[in-house]
Amino acid sequence: MTGFIKKVFCRKGKTASGPSDTNRGTSDQSYKYVVAGAGPAGVTAAETLRQNDPDGSILLLGGEPEAPYSRMAIPYLLVGSIEEEGTHIRHQDGHYENLKIDCRQGRVSQVNPASKTLLLEGGNRIGYDKLCLATGAHPIKPPIPGLDQEGILHCWTLEDARKIIELAHEGADVVLMGAGFIGCIILEALALRKVNLTVIEMGDRMVPRMLDPVAGNMLKSWCANKGVTVHTATKITKVEPHPGDAEDTLLVDLDNGKQIPAHLLVVAAGVKSNLGYLDGAGLEIDQGILVDERLQTSDENIYAIGDVAQAPAFEGEDKVVHAIQTTATDHGRIAALNMSGIAARYNGSLAMNVLDTLGLISVSFGEWNGVEGGDNAVSVDRENNRYIRLEFSGGRLVGAQSVGRTDQVGVLRGLIEGRVPLGDWKEKLKKNPHLVMDAYLACAQR
Amino acid sequence: MQKTLNIIPEKCTGCAQCEIACSIEHVGMFSPSKSRIKVFKFPDEGRFVAYTCTQCSEAWCQRACPTGAISANAETGAKEVCEPTCVGCKVCTIACPFGTINYVSERGKVTKCDLCGGDPACVKACPTGAITFIDADATGYDRMKAWAAQTGGGAQPEA
Repeated sequence: MTGFIKKVFCRKGKTASGPSDTNRGTSDQSYKYVVAGAGPAGVTAAETLRQNDPDGSILLLGGEPEAPYSRMAIPYLLVGSIEEEGTHIRHQDGHYENLKIDCRQGRVSQVNPASKTLLLEGGNRIGYDKLCLATGAHPIKPPIPGLDQEGILHCWTLEDARKIIELAHEGADVVLMGAGFIGCIILEALALRKVNLTVIEMGDRMVPRMLDPVAGNMLKSWCANKGVTVHTATKITKVEPHPGDAEDTLLVDLDNGKQIPAHLLVVAAGVKSNLGYLDGAGLEIDQGILVDERLQTSDENIYAIGDVAQAPAFEGEDKVVHAIQTTATDHGRIAALNMSGIAARYNGSLAMNVLDTLGLISVSFGEWNGVEGGDNAVSVDRENNRYIRLEFSGGRLVGAQSVGRTDQVGVLRGLIEGRVPLGDWKEKLKKNPHLVMDAYLACAQR
Repeated sequence: MQKTLNIIPEKCTGCAQCEIACSIEHVGMFSPSKSRIKVFKFPDEGRFVAYTCTQCSEAWCQRACPTGAISANAETGAKEVCEPTCVGCKVCTIACPFGTINYVSERGKVTKCDLCGGDPACVKACPTGAITFIDADATGYDRMKAWAAQTGGGAQPEA
C-alpha cells in the first residue's frame, strides 16, 4: 500500500492534459474528469468514465492514505477473516494504472465552479472539465459529555479499525453506542472477537430505521441468547474517566442510573454527508448535495454521488441521502454516463439493507413500514426466528422486510423496482407471504 | 459467440434432474437444496419453471460488490464469484433483482450459476429439452434485458 501512495504522490507536478501553471489561482494540473472520493461510488464512477471515454484524463482523489477500499468490508477485517488488502475495492495489480486513472491522496478544501478548479488541503489547485463529488460521509459524534477521551472510537475508517483491533482484545469490556445498521454490523464483529460486549441503543428496538418492532426485537432476543446484552430505549448520558483502573479506563453512564466500566467505547450513532468544504461554492445543499435525476448538482459541470448526494428517491418526491452500497455504485455509474455525454436517467434510490446479526440474517427494502392507504401481509414464527412482512400499495409491492431468509431475497427488489402488477398473486401473498419468488415468476417473467 | 441458457417452462416436467446435476457438479453432493438452478412448481396451473441467473451484461451483483469479488469470465460471459475475495457481506443478494445470487451460510460466501465453465450440467441432465445452451442472441434474453431495464439502479442509457 505504501508503494501505491508513493507512486501517486510522485505524479505531483505532472500535467495530465494541457499546460500547467503553478501560480496560485490557476490550476497546478488539469483533468477532463476529477472524481473526489475513492470509495465504492467514486471508483465505480471513475471506471465507468473510462469505459465510455477511452482517452479523457481521469483523476481519482482519495481522502485517506489508503488504496481505495470499502468500509463495508471493515467488519470482516475486525473478525480476522480478511487482511487489510481484503477491504480493497479492486485487487488486480495495476488496476487503476491500466485504466489510465490517476489515483492521488487529497482532500478537497474548496470548490470554485466559476474557474472550474478545486483546492486541495495543502494548497494544490486542480482544474476540471467535469467534477464528480463522492466525498462520502462522516460518523456523527452525539453531544454527550466526555466523548473526547482515549479509548473512544468510531468504526468508520481503516485507521479506526486498526485501533479497534488493538483495543478489542478477548475478554475486554466493550460498550457499543448504537444498534442501527452500522452498529449491528460492528456488533457482530466485536462479539466474534470475544469481547465482553454491551450494546446501548436509544431506540425501542434494534435497527429501528430498517426493521419493525417484531423483527427488531427478534434480533434483540437472538443476541441475548448469544450472550450479547442489548439495552434498548437507553441513552448514554456521560462518559467519565475511571481512575484507578488501568484496564477499564472509562466509565459509561446510562440514563437508567447504571454505570458500565469499559476498556473501549465504539460510537455508531449514524453518519452525515461531508459538506464542510462546499462553503461558498454556491451549490444547492440540504442534508446532502442536491442532485437531479442525472446526478447533476445545481452547477452543470458538477455531479454528486453516494453518501454525500441527496438524490431522487424511488418513491415520492423528496430527495434523499441513502448512505448505502447499492445506491453508491448505482449513482457512480449513472453520473459517469452523463458526465461522458451518454444521457442516462436515474430511477431513484431504493433503500435496501441486509444484516447478519450473529448468524440471523435480516433484510429490508423500500417502504418496509408501509405507506398511507396501503395494506400488508405478515407471517411471524418466533420459535424459529422467521419473519416476513410485505407492504403493498394498490396492486404492487412497495416495501418488504424479512428475518431468517436468505434464498432469493433479491426478488423483493425486483418486484418493487419493476413495479410489477401482482394481480391475483397479491391475495396469494396475503395468505402466504413467503411465496415471493413464486409471485415474481408468475407476474414478472411471463 | 457467447452462449446462454434458454429455459422453456412449457417443456419442464418438474423432474428436478437439473437441480441434482447442478449440486453434484458444484458441491459433489446429491442435494437439490444446494443447486444454483431451482425448479418452481405451480400446482394450480400444472406449470413448472426452472430458473437461474441470466448472466446480465450490466450485472447488479457485480456492481454492488464492495470488494470486486464478482467478475465476468472472458470466455463464457458468466459472472463468477471469486470465493477468496468474497467477504460474505450479502449485498449482492439484495442487489440482484432476479434473486439468483444467494448466501450459503455454511461457507460464509455467496453462490450463483457460473455456466459450469461453458458446459452446463443442467443442460446435459434435462431429459425434455426444457433447458438448452444456445447462442445468446437467439434466446428470450432480450426480453429479460428489457425487463431488467425497467428496474432501478439500472437506469439505462436513453440514446
